[in-house]
Amino acid sequence: MAEPKTKYDRQLRIWGEQGQAALEKASICLLNCGPTGSETLKNLVLGGVGSITVIDGSKVEVGDLGNNFMVDESSVGQSKAQCVCSFLQELNDAVKAKFIEEYPEALIETNPSFFSQFTLVVATQLGEDSMVKLDTICRQANVMLIFARSYGLTGFVRISLKEHTVVESKPDHFLDDLRLNNPWPELKRFAESIDLDVQDPVVHKHTPYVVILVKVAEQWAKSHGGSLPSTRDEKKEFKDLLKARMISMDEDNYKEAIEASFKVFARRGIGPDLQQILNDSSAEVDSNSSDFWVMVAALKEFIANEGGGEAPLEGSIPDMTSSTELYVNLQNIYQAKAEADVLVIEQRVRNILKKIGKDPNSISQTTLKGFCRNARKLKVCRYRSIEDEFNSPILPELQKYLTDEDYSVAVGFYILLRAVDRFAANYNSFPGQFDGGMDEEISRLKTTAVGLLSDLGCNGLTLTEDLINEMCRFGASELHAVAAFIGGIASQEVIKLITSQFLPMSGTFIFSGIDHKSQLLSL
Amino acid sequence: MADAEAQPSQSRDLDKLLLRPGHLVGANFEPGQDLRDDLAQYAKVLVVGAGGLGCELLKDLALSGFKNLEVIDMDRIEVTNLNRQFLFRLEDVGKPKAEVAAKRVMERVSGVSIKPHYCRIEDKEIDFYSDFNIIVLGLDSIEARSYINSVACSFLEYDSDDNPREETFKPMVDGGTEGFKGHARVIVPGVTPCFECTIWLFPPQVKFPLCTLAETPRTAAHCIEYAHLIKWDEVHSGKSFDPDDPKHMKWVYDEAVKRAELFGIPGVTYSLTQGVVKNIIPAIASTNAIISAACALETLKITSGCSKTLSNYLTYNGVEGLHTKVTEFVRDKDCLVCGPGVLIELETSVTLQKFIDLLEEHPKLLLSKASVTHQGNNLYMQAPPVLEEMTRSNLSLPLFELMGKTAKSALHVTGTTTKNDKKTSVLRKLRVVFKGVDGVTDMDTAGGA
Ligand SMILES: [Zn+2]
Repeated sequence: MAEPKTKYDRQLRIWGEQGQAALEKASICLLNCGPTGSETLKNLVLGGVGSITVIDGSKVEVGDLGNNFMVDESSVGQSKAQCVCSFLQELNDAVKAKFIEEYPEALIETNPSFFSQFTLVVATQLGEDSMVKLDTICRQANVMLIFARSYGLTGFVRISLKEHTVVESKPDHFLDDLRLNNPWPELKRFAESIDLDVQDPVVHKHTPYVVILVKVAEQWAKSHGGSLPSTRDEKKEFKDLLKARMISMDEDNYKEAIEASFKVFARRGIGPDLQQILNDSSAEVDSNSSDFWVMVAALKEFIANEGGGEAPLEGSIPDMTSSTELYVNLQNIYQAKAEADVLVIEQRVRNILKKIGKDPNSISQTTLKGFCRNARKLKVCRYRSIEDEFNSPILPELQKYLTDEDYSVAVGFYILLRAVDRFAANYNSFPGQFDGGMDEEISRLKTTAVGLLSDLGCNGLTLTEDLINEMCRFGASELHAVAAFIGGIASQEVIKLITSQFLPMSGTFIFSGIDHKSQLLSL
Repeated sequence: MADAEAQPSQSRDLDKLLLRPGHLVGANFEPGQDLRDDLAQYAKVLVVGAGGLGCELLKDLALSGFKNLEVIDMDRIEVTNLNRQFLFRLEDVGKPKAEVAAKRVMERVSGVSIKPHYCRIEDKEIDFYSDFNIIVLGLDSIEARSYINSVACSFLEYDSDDNPREETFKPMVDGGTEGFKGHARVIVPGVTPCFECTIWLFPPQVKFPLCTLAETPRTAAHCIEYAHLIKWDEVHSGKSFDPDDPKHMKWVYDEAVKRAELFGIPGVTYSLTQGVVKNIIPAIASTNAIISAACALETLKITSGCSKTLSNYLTYNGVEGLHTKVTEFVRDKDCLVCGPGVLIELETSVTLQKFIDLLEEHPKLLLSKASVTHQGNNLYMQAPPVLEEMTRSNLSLPLFELMGKTAKSALHVTGTTTKNDKKTSVLRKLRVVFKGVDGVTDMDTAGGA
């Protein structure tokens, strides 16, 4: 039996064999294997990533037994990296698991080139200094990086890399590509071959709504100087025309046509998100451009020329009430047009590749097909460097968050998560890390936070006493449930980054374990 | 105190939350070592389901200060579980999930006791569920959620002013996932909406009309469902289809391929056949981890008061970026399950048999094969046979007498009802009022059924 295929069945249904292959090729490095790090990795090992390298310099303490499932009583005193690594290996023997007993902070200082061997680095529980340094290293080496930290009932997840491009963004709700407002000649001709006024009631109620709408829209355009319904009254009139064509109340195809009539009213051409990608300076390609941008450049040419303002046709149609024959024919017409569009894009891509001095066949036809099918859904994610964000956060955003009730807890935690690192640099321990002297710790943390805010350009703003108090109470604890949540989020984002499917998060995710009103902050 | 702190403790991180006073905490929060010890010693938590969520929940709860856990699950381990149900290994395939999960967590977390129950949730007496301080649900079926919800709601009592009595609250925390999406919610019957109050959040699955399958198939799924729902019965008269039998599945697949070829329909694969026939919901480790962690955290907060609680429904969506949202749903005042109970007015002469017949016709209940209990006493039980025999003689007695001749009292009935063409087990609470008996005022019957 094809065992791995069965084992991964439930996830193959999400990211397919291509996504799985990408995971199995990936090598992941984990920095610090407390519960946040080891839970992140656990979810990736189960999914079958290629290899993992666990880096942690600490020995297992009794306290670790209370928050980390991957160590047990027999581990006390041993290398934490080794214990976590051997548990993870038990979960999936297809994964190559190894460990290095070393403190990540030291590795970042002494051996920056070490990180260039990995696909992606998961950095957990790191302080600000190390985060900034590691970010610089990974950006230079083009290694994807994700930070995760749990701290009491709060924590954060932050992706950092220069650019991530997605072809298969697989959005949940996306308007299908039927071109009812702009049919191409073959579709028009097919619609013309069908008589809507057919006598046979069975045939009448099995005419697909695509045909109905193309025909009725054409009639409309003829009597309205070539334009389609645009005002409210016109849209209502159009729907009434459809209703009048029904010969009985149970004709689902006409009900579907009325419901889908907004597709006729929709604006022609591409959407603003895609337009923005076409306008991106990266679409001016040269020999350093990635395949993605080469294809975007071809897409831009296509839209301006053969496409007549439209992207290549997606080529699939949703299920709709229809006779089998008409549906299959319709499907073939859409597919043929999509295939023709791919050929045009292919020609343009080959020409561009030649022009920029690359092998014209370096992009496969499968890749091109996938690109065309998803052309309307392309996504480009860019992340500010950690250093930029830490030194000069986007001030209007920060001020907005600080004064917006929905964001006040999340931005409060954001500031405090940074303030505790400053605190630790000054006082050699985190606020409330040890018992006693809590009042003094609270006032010191408050001073530190206010100082940080003023350094960031938010003079005069402060955080609530409640939040500062809670942060001291947390005392740098790493609670298992919080770590499992943060680790779960981090692993989810890692999967999206590695498979290049779906859309990774933007900004910094700040977790609020108090009321779950977590937020994404774009700073 | 200082000495105790200096000792290395497993509870190092959790102590920060449980031993220290806080500002954003629950009303009942009394920080201290007693709280930590009570949580370990007295708090009993039931985890329903030992699958993707259940495995995570057991681990999360065991590492959140709980030491008395029980888990109930009727399934055995399958190969397709191994991509996320991290307590199971290849060599465990075929063993009961609840037993293996309990054993694995106890092996790793010292001092934790987990009692497994390898059975259906309906197999347990209602009393079994009353024993727990809180019930955590890691299920993938609406029917099972609905059943546990009705059980937890059945413990809820109302005072004479129809206000819920706090000491009868049985809180639940419920999680669910599908692909990159999930939800976690807190249900305190009597305070928050119960599962049934917001049942519209779980619309029934849309089925293909049979005439489409038979006459105008258009998609691969239509061909598969034709083979599964129509052709199978035509060919195998009387033999029912078993989705877990690979030979049956292969037959459906082959038939679907033939039909697809006949109509020129692309896309029938074995994997799709399984997906359509078994209604497979995609599932991955990371989403389960996120949702379970949220549920475990809420369980800790509700039980200890160490922070505020989720109010009351969290959704997570990781498909397009990362979205979490908290929605505060409100109770349905007329909810049949968490409300004070369906009011039924009876003559004192009505026998138990007549009452059971009445339940079948009652428009709000439509309950057949009812078993009836009153304040923990079985008045009539349909099963097991021993109990049926013992209680059969009650059928001919007036309900009024069986209920101790009180003018107004609550009853619990279990039975089956048909929902979306599916027979489901339900538990309902009824308020029975006898006509013409002292103590019944107009107020009591106002607004009744
Ligand atoms: Zn309810």
